[in-house]
Amino acid sequence: MKTMRREPNVIPGFGITLGFTTFFLCAIVLLPLSALVLKAAGMDFARFVDVITSPRALASYRLSFGAALVAACVNMVFGFALAWTLVRYDFPGRKFIDAVIDMPFALPTAVSGIALTTVFAGNGWIGQYLEPLGIQVAYTWIGITVALTLIGMPFVVRTVQPAILEVQRDLEDAAETLGAGRFYVFRRIIVPTVLPALLTGFTLAFARAVGEYGSVIFIAGNMPMKTEITPLLIVIRLEEFDYAGAAALGCVMLAISFVMLLAINLIQVWGRRRMMVSR
Amino acid sequence: MAGPANHTELSAELSSRPGHNTWTSTVVRWLLITVSLVFLGALLAAPLAAVFSVALEKGWEAYFGAFADPDTRAAIRLTLITAAVVVPLNTLFGITAAWCIAKFEFKGKSFLITLIDLPLAVSPVVSGLIYVLLFGLNGWFGAWLQDHDISIVYALPGIILATMFVTFPYVARELIPLMQQLGNDEEEAAITLGAGGWLTFFRVTLPRIRWGLVYGVILCNARAMGEFGAVSVVSGNIRGLTTTMPLHIEILYNEYNFVGAFAVASMLSLLAVVTLIIKTLVERSGYRRR
Repeated sequence: MKTMRREPNVIPGFGITLGFTTFFLCAIVLLPLSALVLKAAGMDFARFVDVITSPRALASYRLSFGAALVAACVNMVFGFALAWTLVRYDFPGRKFIDAVIDMPFALPTAVSGIALTTVFAGNGWIGQYLEPLGIQVAYTWIGITVALTLIGMPFVVRTVQPAILEVQRDLEDAAETLGAGRFYVFRRIIVPTVLPALLTGFTLAFARAVGEYGSVIFIAGNMPMKTEITPLLIVIRLEEFDYAGAAALGCVMLAISFVMLLAINLIQVWGRRRMMVSR
Repeated sequence: MAGPANHTELSAELSSRPGHNTWTSTVVRWLLITVSLVFLGALLAAPLAAVFSVALEKGWEAYFGAFADPDTRAAIRLTLITAAVVVPLNTLFGITAAWCIAKFEFKGKSFLITLIDLPLAVSPVVSGLIYVLLFGLNGWFGAWLQDHDISIVYALPGIILATMFVTFPYVARELIPLMQQLGNDEEEAAITLGAGGWLTFFRVTLPRIRWGLVYGVILCNARAMGEFGAVSVVSGNIRGLTTTMPLHIEILYNEYNFVGAFAVASMLSLLAVVTLIIKTLVERSGYRRR
């Protein structure tokens, strides 16, 4: 830029749009978030640690993390299968299925919550077949995982789809011509190309699932220590007017969000660098 | 599409490729399609069908009767008011932010984009909690608000603020990459030829970003009408007063009024379906997400 004479930007409105954006951002996002951090920082440190490491809180982290992790893994497998099916195969209704993938983005979480509970309850359409097998879904951690799988699904499919389009088919054909088996082609050509997108999708689905509330509380049963997710524990603390306790747990959730954001960015940087190297 | 003629052609083409095992590839193909459809069926189709099935299990009369309930009507009204305030404000913000980020170079731009996306990463419950901590009775402004007899939390303003937080990035993140890709050339030409800033925006920029704008607005609207966690925390759940449609679903459901709960849920499901239809139409018109 230094060597070139920089043209003055003739487009108007820089000051006012930047000012408005910053003001709105501060008022709606940053000020309230700092209220949370300062509320927790104002607590006695010993009490803060006490709140966030109480057995009930620890049990809720275990559940929120565990269920979100399982759901993200399930989504990695089925999301890849879905994305692959949608990109590579032509079958009746493909376009319809492709449009429907985004349903969990548009469907309110309360609706998916009560709907999944109805379907997976012991007398529900699917639950009645699982119950005799000894699998109780609704009101257990499995139900929570099912709900988190639903809301995380589009994240994986939508990030993996473009990556599958990128896989060079002539490379696959060449490998097969040279005698490579299908599994070898999958492992050595398809997986390396799709991996960064798959990991990004996994992290996005996981990040969304950890904080999810609406679709989970209906199917969870909400038993303390057993089926109580961390966001629900925050709501319970608030209902007890324990604002500081709620703020402390909220800070833990916020810290997790930041770590997830960082992870997503790092994965994307890593993926881009891999692309550059492979070209 | 898998007509017999087509299929034989396809198998002929496949078997002409060396090293290609047609039998396995056909099995893998149908296996993957089946697995995908079963997965979607159990997770998405069955629950959606259940919404309408339960809503209508006592007949159409009971279904429409559910909407005669004054509390249900109040919830629908509150949801519409909230969306009517939140969506235009966030649209205005989205356009402004995209103009500022896409048209100009300045320091800290990527940081600004990260901050705009931040609400997407925050748990809905935390999104509500922060406003309770700010405006609740023991919050920063709690005492002042009480002195001046203004209620924000457990009232409409709190619901609007929390909804605004969760839907904050929707329009902006759609428009920013779109406007960055379109570049500044046409706007510069218009300005150089003597058009003012507003004229340039309405006659040059807006027609080029309209599909992206529609896309962002409908997704923003769907989330604004359907938000549960954040609104639940700030609303106080005062029946008929501060319950939006998703919160009203919870109340009815917990009272075992399943027809009522699922009737309201069916309306929100229809909203989701309409959103998806508009979204698909926008994509058909050639708009690609970036």
